[in-house]
Amino acid sequence: MNDLTRLTAREIAAAIAAGETNAVDVAQAHLDRIAKIDGQLHAFLHVDSEGALETARRVDAGEISGPLAGVPLALKDVIVQKGVPTTVGSRILEGWRPPYDATVVERLKSAGVVILGKTNMDEFAMGSSTEHSAYGPTHNPWDLDRIPGGSGGGSSAAVASFEAPLAIGTDTGGSIRQPAAVTGTVGVKPTYGGVSRYGLVAFSSSLDQAGPCARTVMDAALLHEVIAGHDPRDSTSIPSPVPPVVEAAKQADISGMTIGVVKELSGEGYQPGVEQRFAEAVETLTGLGAKVVEVSCPHFAYALPAYYLIAPSEASSNLARFDSVRYGLRVGDDGDRSLEEVMSLTRAQGFGAEVKRRIILGTYALSSGYYDAYYGQAQKVRSLITRDFTEAFALADVLVSPAAPTVAFPLGEKLSDPLAMYRQDLATIPSNLYGGPAMSLPCGLSDGLPVGLQIMAPTMRDELLYRVGAAFEATMPAPVPPLDWEA
Amino acid sequence: MTVPYAEALQEFEPVIGLETHVELGTASKMFCGCDTTFGADPNTHTCPVCLGLPGALPVVNEKAIESTIRIGLALHCDIATWCRFARKNYFYPDMPKNFQTSQYDEPLCTDGYLDVEVSNADGTLETVRVPIERVHLEEDTGKTLHVGGATGRIHGASHSLVDYNRAGIPLVEIVTKPVVGTKHRPAEVAKAYVAELRDVLRGLGVSDVKMEQGSLRCDVNVSLNKPGDDWGTRSETKNVNSLRSVERAVRSEVERQAARLRQGERIVQETRHFHEDTGLSTSGRSKEEATDYRYFPEPDLVPVAPDTDWVAELKAALPEAPSVRRRRLIEQLALSALDAEAMTNAGVLDLVLATVDAGAPAAEARNWWLGHLAQTANSSGVEPAELSITPAQVARVVGLVAGGSLTAGLARQVVDGVLAGEGEPEAVVATRGLAVVSDEGALATAVDEAIAADADAADKIRAGKVQAVGALVGRVMKATRGQADASVVRRLLLERLGVTE
Amino acid sequence: MAEITRAEVAHLARLARLALDDSELDRLASQLDVILGAVAKIGEVSDAEGVTPMTHAVPLENVMRPDVVVTSLPRDDVLAGAPAAEDGRFRVPRILDDET
Ligand SMILES: [Mg+2]
Ligand SMILES: [Zn+2]
Repeated sequence: MNDLTRLTAREIAAAIAAGETNAVDVAQAHLDRIAKIDGQLHAFLHVDSEGALETARRVDAGEISGPLAGVPLALKDVIVQKGVPTTVGSRILEGWRPPYDATVVERLKSAGVVILGKTNMDEFAMGSSTEHSAYGPTHNPWDLDRIPGGSGGGSSAAVASFEAPLAIGTDTGGSIRQPAAVTGTVGVKPTYGGVSRYGLVAFSSSLDQAGPCARTVMDAALLHEVIAGHDPRDSTSIPSPVPPVVEAAKQADISGMTIGVVKELSGEGYQPGVEQRFAEAVETLTGLGAKVVEVSCPHFAYALPAYYLIAPSEASSNLARFDSVRYGLRVGDDGDRSLEEVMSLTRAQGFGAEVKRRIILGTYALSSGYYDAYYGQAQKVRSLITRDFTEAFALADVLVSPAAPTVAFPLGEKLSDPLAMYRQDLATIPSNLYGGPAMSLPCGLSDGLPVGLQIMAPTMRDELLYRVGAAFEATMPAPVPPLDWEA
Repeated sequence: MTVPYAEALQEFEPVIGLETHVELGTASKMFCGCDTTFGADPNTHTCPVCLGLPGALPVVNEKAIESTIRIGLALHCDIATWCRFARKNYFYPDMPKNFQTSQYDEPLCTDGYLDVEVSNADGTLETVRVPIERVHLEEDTGKTLHVGGATGRIHGASHSLVDYNRAGIPLVEIVTKPVVGTKHRPAEVAKAYVAELRDVLRGLGVSDVKMEQGSLRCDVNVSLNKPGDDWGTRSETKNVNSLRSVERAVRSEVERQAARLRQGERIVQETRHFHEDTGLSTSGRSKEEATDYRYFPEPDLVPVAPDTDWVAELKAALPEAPSVRRRRLIEQLALSALDAEAMTNAGVLDLVLATVDAGAPAAEARNWWLGHLAQTANSSGVEPAELSITPAQVARVVGLVAGGSLTAGLARQVVDGVLAGEGEPEAVVATRGLAVVSDEGALATAVDEAIAADADAADKIRAGKVQAVGALVGRVMKATRGQADASVVRRLLLERLGVTE
Repeated sequence: MAEITRAEVAHLARLARLALDDSELDRLASQLDVILGAVAKIGEVSDAEGVTPMTHAVPLENVMRPDVVVTSLPRDDVLAGAPAAEDGRFRVPRILDDET
C-alpha cells in the first residue's frame, strides 16, 4: 500500500480485513498527514493520537470488527467524547473534558472506528464559514485563502484534504451540507430523530442533527448505518429501523424515479456558475433515467427568517447553562464580585460576537409581548414549509437544488455582514425546518471551486438520497483539490 | 404595626391562594435515572442530565406522570388528553440548565377542588370547598448552602456551595384558584387545606410529604379588601414549610396588610420570605420588576398524551379519599362529634385512625394521640404527624401493654425512646431494659424490704387499714424502677401481710 | 418595526447575563435592527392564521422511561470540571439577595 490516506473508508476496511494492511498503520498514516498539513489547514482543535492508536490496536487484536473497523474519523468538536477536550469552538468551554460519551461516540467506538480528534467549527455551530471559531478559522483545502464552509468547516476540510476518510458533522441549518458543497465532499443531514442527539452540545434542539461526511456516497452510507438508530436517551429519537442506506448506495439506480427541481431555490443570491453546474446535474439525472419535474414550495422564501427566529430562541435557552458554576470558564471571581456579576462577565468574555448576537436576538424573540409575532409566527411558517414539502413529495420522489448559493468565498468577506453570511444557508434551511433528510455531493467546479448538488427526501426515506447520490456520483466522481500548498 | 387577626377580619374580607410543591416519591429523578433518596453525600446523586452538562438530554419518568395524574384525579381535576413541558428561563445557581423544565399553558391536570373541614365556634364542623386551578409537573432545584454570613442566610454570606442531589427530583405543583369566603378564618382554612392535601397525597402513596425535609412546601398568597370592593393587591409568602407556619403566615399577613390598609397605605405586590423562627415574613423582590421567564415548549421532549383508558384505570384504582374514610371510620368507631372535633383540631384524627387500623383499640389510640403525643408535639413546636413515631409503632406499644409486658408508665418511656430515635418499640424495651418484672420470686425481696422499711404502714394494714398499702406499693415500684406491675405488687403485699380484701 | 434602542438591548443583556459595554450595546442595537428588519418578513405570511405552530419535526408522543435507578457519576468526575469546589459541592461567589 503506498498512500493509505488516499483510500476510501470502504477500501481501508477491506484492506484491513484482508490483512493487506493494519489499523495501526492506517491510523498512523493519517496522524502523520495531520501533523504535516494541519498547521496550514487548522481543521483540528485537538488530535488524540493515543486514543486513536489504542482503538487501532484493539481492532488489529481482533477485539472489534465490523464494516468500518479500523477506519479513521474526525469528530466535530460539538460532540462530547469522554476524557477528550470538547470546546464547541468556544472559549467558554476551553479545557473541559466531558465525563461521558455521546451516543454517536459510543456507537463509533463499538464499531471500531478510530477517532483521530476533534475538528474546528464556528462557535456553538453558529456560522457558515468556521471563522466564528474562538480558535481561529479553518482554511479550505481548495484555496487556503477561502472559507471551508461552516459550521462544520473543520470536518469537511479534514475529509477533503485526506486527513481523514470520514468525519462527523452536525447540521442545524446546513452545517454539514454547505461545508460539503464548498469543499467538494459528500455530507448528509439524516432525518431529524434518525441519529441520537445525546451528547451533541445543543445549539437549536428542534433542528440539530448529526450526520456523516465522506468523500464518497458509499462511505457516507456506511458511516450513516453505524451512527443511526433509536436511542432511548434522546426523547426525539425515532423508534424505527434505520433506512437501508448502504443497500441503496449499492443499488445506485434512479430509472423511473421522479425528481423535483424546487423553483424557489434558484435565482436571486445564487451565483451563475453554481446555477450552471446545477442545471447540468439535472440534465445528468434525466440522462440516468429519472423524470424531472419542476415543483413550487412558496413558503421557502420565509425559511431563512423563520430559522433566524427559531434557532436563536432555542440557543438563548440552551446556552444559559454556560454560567461559570459547574464547568468551563470563570472570569472575575475576585472574592468581592457577586455571582451575578461573575456570571455576566464570564459569558461576555467567553462567548464570541456571533453567539452574543444570537443570544440577544433569541432572548428578544421569546420575550413576552414579542413571542407571538416572532417565535410563534416562525413555528407557524415552519408548518407551512412542511406542508410545501409534503405537497412536493406528492409529485416527486426527491427534490434537488444547489446545496450552497455560492462557491467558497474569501476569508473575511462576510464577517462584518451577518445577513450576507446567513444567506449561505438559503437552500439548506428548509430541510432542517421540515426534518427530512438531505445530502450535498459534488457536481463539478465553478472557477476552479467545488459546487454542491443538494438532494432532499421525505422523512425517514434517507435511502433515497443514497440511491440518487450514488447514481449521480458514478457519472462524476468527487474532485480532488490541487493541494499545491502542501509543504 | 399590626391589627389583631379577629379585628382585621371584621373589617376586611380575605382572599387566599396556595401553591404547594410536592416532591414525588419516585425511585429515580424526573428526567434521569439518578437516585432520589434523601440525605446522600452532596453531588453523589448526579449525572450529565441533572447536572445540565453540555449535550445531555432529558427523558420523562413514566411513574412521575402516573403519580401526577393520580393526584389530579384525587383532586377531581380534568386530565389533559395532550400536554407539553415548557422551559421557564431564569438564571439561578441551584438550577443546572438555568431553565426549569416545567409546564406552562398546558398542564397535566386542571380545574378541580378539595373539600376541607374547619370547626365553627359552636364546635360543629363545616366543609369548605377549595377550588384547584391546576396540577402540573416540573423538576426540583439543587440546594445552596450560604457560607460566612449569619445563620446560613444568603444576606452577608461570603460565598455559597451548591449540591445538585435534589436537582431534577420530580416536583408536582398544585395551585388553588383564589379562595374567597373564608370569612373570619382564612388561616384555619389554609392550614386545613394543606393538612387535607397532605393526607390525600399520603393516601395515594405518591410522596412521603415530609414538610420538615422539604418534600412538601407551600407558598401562601393573601389579599384583603373592604366588603363590596374589588380584591386587593396580593402578597406571596414563600418558604412556608410546616402546617403551623401556614396558619401563622396567613395570620401575620392579614394583620400586617390590615394595618397598612387602615392607614390608607397601598399593598405592594411582592414576594415575601417566611421565617420559621419568628413566624413573620420579610419583604423580598417586588413583583413589578418580575423576570420575564420567556416560556417556550421544551424542544427536547415530546408531548404527553395520556391514554383515556389508562386514566380511567387509574381513576378506578384510586384509594378512598381521606375525608370519606374519616367520616366512615368516625361512624365505625362511634366517636362523638366532640371527640372527632378535638382530634381534628389537634391534627390527630388520621393518626388515631391509622393507629386503629394497625390494631389498637380506639380508646387507647385516642388517649395516646390526644394525650402524651399531642403534648410532646406541642412542646417541641411540631405537628403530631411530624413526630418521628408512626401509628403502627404506637399500636405496637398499645399491644405490649395489653399483653402485660409493659405498664402504662413503661409504655410512656418506650414511646419517648422511639421519639428520641432509639429505634423500634421492641428495641427500646430491650436497650432501656423496660420489661415488666412479673416474676413473683424476683418481686418477693422488694416486697419484704418495703414491709421492713415502713413497719408503721405494715401494722396499719395488718390492723385492717388496707388503703395504707399504697405507700408500700410505691416503695416497691420505686425499688424496681417502675418495671413491676402495680396490681401484682399490691396483691403480693396483702398476701404477705395476711390481709384479704 | 420599531427601532430597537440601546436601553432595550441592555435589558436583554441583563436577562441573558451578558456584561456588555456601551460600544457593544450600540453595535448590537444597530445590528439587531437590521436582522429584525429581515426576519420581520415572516409577518407577511398571509396564510399562517389558524395554522398549528410546529415545535417538533417528529410526530412522537409519550416517550417515557421506567422509574428505574441508574448509577450516577462518580463525584470526582462531577466536580472535576468545576471552576471551584469545596466540601463536595460547587463553590460560587456570593449570591445577590432575592434573585428568585
Ligand atoms: Mg413551580
Ligand atoms: Zn441525574
